[in-house]
Amino acid sequence: MTWETVIGLETHVELATKTKIFCGCTTEFGGAPNTHCCPVCTGMPGALPVLNERVLEFAVKTGLALHGTVTRRCKFDRKNYFYPDLPKAYQISQLYLPIVRDGALEIPLAGGGTKAIRIRELHMEEDAGKLVHDPWIDQTRCDYNRCGVPLIEIVTEPDFRTAEEVIAYLEKLKSTLQYLGVSDCKMQEGSLRCDVNLSVRPAGSAELGARTEMKNLNSFKAVSRAIAYEARRQIELIEEGKRVVQETRRWDENKDATFSMRSKENAQDYRYFPDPDLPPLELSEAYLERLREQIPEMADEKAARYQARLGLPAYDAQMLTGQKALAGFFEAAVALGAPPKQAANWIMGEVLRRLSADGLEAKDMTLTPGALARLIALVQEGRINRNTAVRVFDAIFADGGDVDAYVAAHGLEQVSDAGLVEAAVERVLAANPKSVADYRAGKEKAFGFLVGQAMRELKGQAAPQAVHRALGAALKQP
Amino acid sequence: MELYELTALELGACLRRGEVSQEEVCAAARARIAAAQPENNAFLTLAEEIPPAPDLTASPLAGVPMAYKDNLCTRGVRTTCASKILGNFVPPYDAGAVERLSAAGAVPMGKLNMDEFAMGSTSETSFYGPVKNPWDLTRAPGGSSGGAAAAVAAGEIWYAIGSDTGGSIRQPAACCGVTGMKPTYGAVSRYGLIAYASSLDQIGPIARSAADCAAVLDVIRGRDRRDGTSLEAPAGSLLAGLTGDVRGLRIGLPAGCFGDGLDPASRRAVQGAAEVLRARGARVEACELPLADYAVPAYYIIACAEASSNLSRFDGVKYGRRAEHCRDLGELYCKTRTEGFGAEVKRRILLGTFVLSAGYYDAYYKKALQVKALIKDAFDRAFRQFDLLLTPVTPAAPPRLGESLGDPLRMYLSDVYTVPVNLAGLPALSMPCGFDGQGLPIGAQLIGPALGDAAVLNAAHAFQLETGYHKKRPKGGTAP
Repeated sequence: MTWETVIGLETHVELATKTKIFCGCTTEFGGAPNTHCCPVCTGMPGALPVLNERVLEFAVKTGLALHGTVTRRCKFDRKNYFYPDLPKAYQISQLYLPIVRDGALEIPLAGGGTKAIRIRELHMEEDAGKLVHDPWIDQTRCDYNRCGVPLIEIVTEPDFRTAEEVIAYLEKLKSTLQYLGVSDCKMQEGSLRCDVNLSVRPAGSAELGARTEMKNLNSFKAVSRAIAYEARRQIELIEEGKRVVQETRRWDENKDATFSMRSKENAQDYRYFPDPDLPPLELSEAYLERLREQIPEMADEKAARYQARLGLPAYDAQMLTGQKALAGFFEAAVALGAPPKQAANWIMGEVLRRLSADGLEAKDMTLTPGALARLIALVQEGRINRNTAVRVFDAIFADGGDVDAYVAAHGLEQVSDAGLVEAAVERVLAANPKSVADYRAGKEKAFGFLVGQAMRELKGQAAPQAVHRALGAALKQP
Repeated sequence: MELYELTALELGACLRRGEVSQEEVCAAARARIAAAQPENNAFLTLAEEIPPAPDLTASPLAGVPMAYKDNLCTRGVRTTCASKILGNFVPPYDAGAVERLSAAGAVPMGKLNMDEFAMGSTSETSFYGPVKNPWDLTRAPGGSSGGAAAAVAAGEIWYAIGSDTGGSIRQPAACCGVTGMKPTYGAVSRYGLIAYASSLDQIGPIARSAADCAAVLDVIRGRDRRDGTSLEAPAGSLLAGLTGDVRGLRIGLPAGCFGDGLDPASRRAVQGAAEVLRARGARVEACELPLADYAVPAYYIIACAEASSNLSRFDGVKYGRRAEHCRDLGELYCKTRTEGFGAEVKRRILLGTFVLSAGYYDAYYKKALQVKALIKDAFDRAFRQFDLLLTPVTPAAPPRLGESLGDPLRMYLSDVYTVPVNLAGLPALSMPCGFDGQGLPIGAQLIGPALGDAAVLNAAHAFQLETGYHKKRPKGGTAP
């Protein structure tokens, strides 16, 4: 029997507001334990939450960018449960009237084309604190710095069929959130986390199988592997005549497997009810309109513009717009005079190579668009060759030095004096009579060897075309 | 005339005129408290030192000794909610109302006893012993702001700040023969008020007169950006608006509030109050206020539901009392809460947890919210015909100590006249309007439409211009 995997995602995104969702404490990552706290986020008696309006704006903007319906009268609810990382013993979230419903995100498919993933809802909520167990003294300590950091949770319909689709969605979502400027989406700092709901069913069946929810997926890689593992586990269970238990499972990165956390029977009753401390929100059409106007040009629109106006191939346009910072870098370099296709080539080639080698995100790069534009100009003017340019690029990538200064300091400028090139060619021809003879006997390969020798003679600082030209001319002479 | 016989405004005026010094006033208050405390147990914590002499021009109440119910957070001063679980809790911040009063020159003498977490109608559920009614020390003072009402009635302080979730200001004010006001929901910031039921809780004054209440509200009301439910105060001073003119004022007497179950002496006294207002030109008529029968169950469902969530934070992890020798987290929670909460608090937490549980939410909590909306509608309809409503505050005289603890249902039903007001978020005031056969005070309740606080206070002021009930003092052994 062939099986179909059905997947839905719940993604928690930390919003990039300066302050927390219900108080004025900083949201900065890190910090000594319990230094980013106040009576409100530590749940002191009598302290009350007041909504940070930026959080609402970010959530609404995200909802609009995901083509969702914004709930014009929305409320917060309390999700009640006891745990030491939750100082009020309830999380302020939204169950009954989430801020956004019925959105969609279009993802590119591996085989070409796109697929719309339906978004069931998007809601606002607060993050909990962090518990740190100290095995030496056998004590658990609470750090409430993260309590009240604003999150949005984005819940999809079960529209995914493969891990690739899930990753494509996460990448698109990440890009969308970064374009909006609402989140940094740093998975390693936990600002983008997702839970995967997965079930399997015989291909062609319309009914959904019993699903499990997987937690603790801290990277795209973990998401892919967990999906592969869990789908196989469920299929094997069914093929052995057993039943899939609806439960929450935890992904163990080290063991490469999921483990049961709690079953549905043991699921907590969160006793949700409307939070009486936060008055319902009434959003006017004018408010939504103002936010709609603030939404910047998004990846798809940018990619279309790069193709139509800058003449880039679709592939380049998609690569460059995949990350907002990369697209911004590209546009700035082009604005400084770099020809679009050349700038694109450099970015997709050298820039991405170095980012990946250095483990950097495009937005954390120190290289300036000006430096790249200058580098491209020097190559175009024939003052350095492409190989030298890559050397300069690598040298200034990390420390952001000046391109011209580097070229001058290292004597990298190309030899453009025809006399020097011709003199070098003559020396090479004189020193390699056998190769000259071979070439004249019809061995084309010998030409390349002679070019190489001439370049070496010129310390690599000659324009290859000039060497070709001089060598060709010299060989034609009897 | 003794200082303690003055109203807060009168004492404030004496201070400003230099007829009495700040030291004399504070000494008098301390002496009254020292004498009364062993009898009525109104205070839980006494201020150790008197703050520097306030700026007497800050407000008409500057320099006047007062006290806070012990569910208002006071920076550096223990705040217990009369519970064992918060016995060692010292807040690092002041409640919004406390801040405003400090700036207005209030002189706090300490923190007042109450029902544990404001859950009770007799002030007997306090972990630190019951409050006794200064009019009859064998009786309860009403609750939950019993310490506040008793201390004002006994002349220990000139006014107090209490909180009212289902009648907790008005009911003890009635039982102790003083004037208490629950303002419109949102009029006073709840920031720093330890929550019982957030959608119903409201801070307000207990004092000797409607004018004193107006002066206190002038200080504490207004928007506070730390409380999203707080409201901008309507323009104008409440105190300055007290004309005593009620000519043409339409006052409704809901017939259902005067039927069976109301003590005859109370009925006579409240109807007498209506006559006094009529004599001053008000138009008093009987009216209908349906659904009042459903108010008590709806109230207890909503209040307990919110309380079960609000009180979850008292888990022994962060502050307050933590049980010792716990083997794991579950035991830490269980023992801390079992040892830390009293029986009435546990009862309400359990009730609230139940009504929010899966499968019961719709049947109880959601239905209670629907009743709440209907009650609000009923009031809205009544206020299309009337400017104010006049009702009793309690069905009968305050119970003897211990009498109602074993019969919570009876205690809950004694809130029948006060809880509809909280469900609808309205302003209401309790004023003394007579005495029963045993010499115990009786209160009348004036209810106004939302933000109609000024009209409520003015009608009470008009009544108090005609009558002297609010000036009567318990004879008891409280005089030094």
